[in-house]
Amino acid sequence: MRWMASAAGAVLIAAACATSPARAQDATPAAPAPATPSSPPLAAKPAAPIPPEQTFKIGVVRQMPVPPPWIAPLQMPPDDLGIAGAELGIRDNLTSGRFLKLDYKLTPEIVPTDGDPLPAVQKLVEAGNNFILLDVPAEQLVKIADAFKDSGVIFVNVGAADDRLRQKDCRANVFHVAPSRAMLADALAQFLVTKRWRNWFLMVGRTDADKLYAEAVRRSAKKFGGKIVAEKEWDYGPDARATAQSEVPRGTQVGEYDILIVADELGEFGDILPYNTWLARPIAGTQGLMPLSWHPTMENWGASQLQSRFFKQSKRLMQPLDFQMWEGVFAIGSASLKTRSSDPAKVKAQMLAPDYDLPVFKGVAASFRGWDHQLRQPILLTHATNTVTLSPQAGFLHQSSPLDTLGFDRPESACTFQ
Amino acid sequence: MKRPFMLSVGMATLAGLMLADALPAEAGPRAFVSNERDHTMSVVDMDTLKVIETIKTGRRPRGIIASPDGKLIYLCASDDNRVEVYDAATLKLVKTLRSGPDPELFVLHPSGNPLYIANEDDNMVTVVNVENNDLIVEIPVGVEPEGMGISPDGKFMVNTSETTNMAHVVDTATNEIIENILVDSRPRIAEFSKDGKQLWISAEVGGTVAVVDPATWKIIKKISFKIPGVTDDAIQPVGVRITKDGSKAFVALGPANRVAVIDAKTLEVEKYLLVGQRVWQLGFTPDEKFLVTTNGNSNDISIIDVAEEKVTKSVTVGRAPWGVVVVP
Repeated sequence: MRWMASAAGAVLIAAACATSPARAQDATPAAPAPATPSSPPLAAKPAAPIPPEQTFKIGVVRQMPVPPPWIAPLQMPPDDLGIAGAELGIRDNLTSGRFLKLDYKLTPEIVPTDGDPLPAVQKLVEAGNNFILLDVPAEQLVKIADAFKDSGVIFVNVGAADDRLRQKDCRANVFHVAPSRAMLADALAQFLVTKRWRNWFLMVGRTDADKLYAEAVRRSAKKFGGKIVAEKEWDYGPDARATAQSEVPRGTQVGEYDILIVADELGEFGDILPYNTWLARPIAGTQGLMPLSWHPTMENWGASQLQSRFFKQSKRLMQPLDFQMWEGVFAIGSASLKTRSSDPAKVKAQMLAPDYDLPVFKGVAASFRGWDHQLRQPILLTHATNTVTLSPQAGFLHQSSPLDTLGFDRPESACTFQ
Repeated sequence: MKRPFMLSVGMATLAGLMLADALPAEAGPRAFVSNERDHTMSVVDMDTLKVIETIKTGRRPRGIIASPDGKLIYLCASDDNRVEVYDAATLKLVKTLRSGPDPELFVLHPSGNPLYIANEDDNMVTVVNVENNDLIVEIPVGVEPEGMGISPDGKFMVNTSETTNMAHVVDTATNEIIENILVDSRPRIAEFSKDGKQLWISAEVGGTVAVVDPATWKIIKKISFKIPGVTDDAIQPVGVRITKDGSKAFVALGPANRVAVIDAKTLEVEKYLLVGQRVWQLGFTPDEKFLVTTNGNSNDISIIDVAEEKVTKSVTVGRAPWGVVVVP
């Protein structure tokens, strides 16, 4: 998903941190939890006999995405995008796990855009990493999952939104914390239907990913009663910034509609649509009002604590990929407090257990769907400087969990774990 | 009832003059409510149920407690990283105390000193001497420390860490953690019964309240809640209060907009009382005739008649009321 930033937000948080007396202490990057000299020994008297110390070795493979043709200054991706979130997840796990003598280690591997992530995964597996977070394209993910099918390693998809990974290409050794495109589009559709903005103009970019995003929007329209009254493919090239004021009004004369939904995952043109359309209409989708797993403006339900921990650690705002990697590491950590064993089979069983719930700072607990291993979780709808709402919207009911109104519910699942 | 002063003569005279202006000398008990989003504290006269004063506080006031004699109000100003101490009679700021970063909830030793403060941003409990503002110790705990309870004999302090999902039991003589109790997701509050024989821990996201036996630190029972017409996701236990005689417990259920009434002997839920929106924290009047709830999303407090187990009134306070304490 797109990387968004708010300079004003950064300044505010920075100012707040500057007033904190413990700032110097918190700035220590390596130590998981600074201990004062007077602090007592930890886990001094355990509740029950604890098994010998368990170490959870967690690897991350991130393949750098195709760079967009242009990047707006506010959207410059940080070098440690995603990985910083995994690092915070390790810190959080360590802070909790030390009471039970549980240890967590992170090993990141970065693969270039045109590289092959498989050898990187091989290297991590050989080094004993039983849990591996993947931010790689869908086809690579399937290849990796199949290559290590019998290794016992658990993969956590933290990046790929492709619906097929939750449907026909699902794998039993893969969990998904990244929301699927279906979940994102459903989250947006519920809100638009609630607002009675039912007539949508869909503008689709030139990449395959854009076409998949558009497909998810069409599916959501059908599911929730939206109507796509016009559809266009963007054909003004990869960088139309200089001519937007003349070209976009012409390209958006499609008659009446309530909202323009844009499918532009790379960020080639979505940001130049607002205020340039022929009619005065709002914009949503990959730009404008965006369905996202996370955003720096999220602050309710304890989210501000996570934002603030992240800021203290990384001196920048927490992006969706940072959050998804944090979620991936935290999902393993949460299970580990119950299993107290780093055996991946036990951790996997706990992640799918009925009493497993993951508090992800979005008001209700997240958990994994048994039928496709997708993390069910609320989705934010946010513009650059504010989180407007979270879906599921009130009134979209479900017999077991309202969260299952987003994405592929059990009856719609085409996943049969092979 | 005459309100006693614990101020210097000069200040007492000044305060007395102001008091004559602001408060009738025979005023009854008063509730102090922290309003998280408008940085104020509402003072509600519990006899007339009217807001008699709105005090500007530090930023993001949350946790609020009183000294054992009810004369001082302690308030966490979370975004100003300090504890503010107010005179409950004159309503004036008396002093500020160090708190460590982002104080959220705290608890006073039954003797009135020291103060144990959960630093939500910092994975610490800070222990402060309220007399001289000295830092006694910082105790490292889990991620996002929040709930703070202390046994009636003052021997054990219990902190819950929201993201670690544990209650940490600290021996107050050594300030060492002696026990870690794994509970359900996002534990918010730790509250001992007056006889010290029960420790109640609410888990907001887990939707349960664990009742622990402090003799063994084992969970005796996990209480869960079912409300017709309310989804399980919306049942988020936060505030817990137990009557002095140990017969009844009240649990605030967040966005379920209800307070559960629980038989504290059988640990069975008896009924649910409909209150304002996103009910957060609870506070008894000193005589336990009434229970006050803070309702964060409807910007009011509900007054529950404890004997009748009925909601009798709601009173509009500031924006996002968070915590409440009632003093004589």
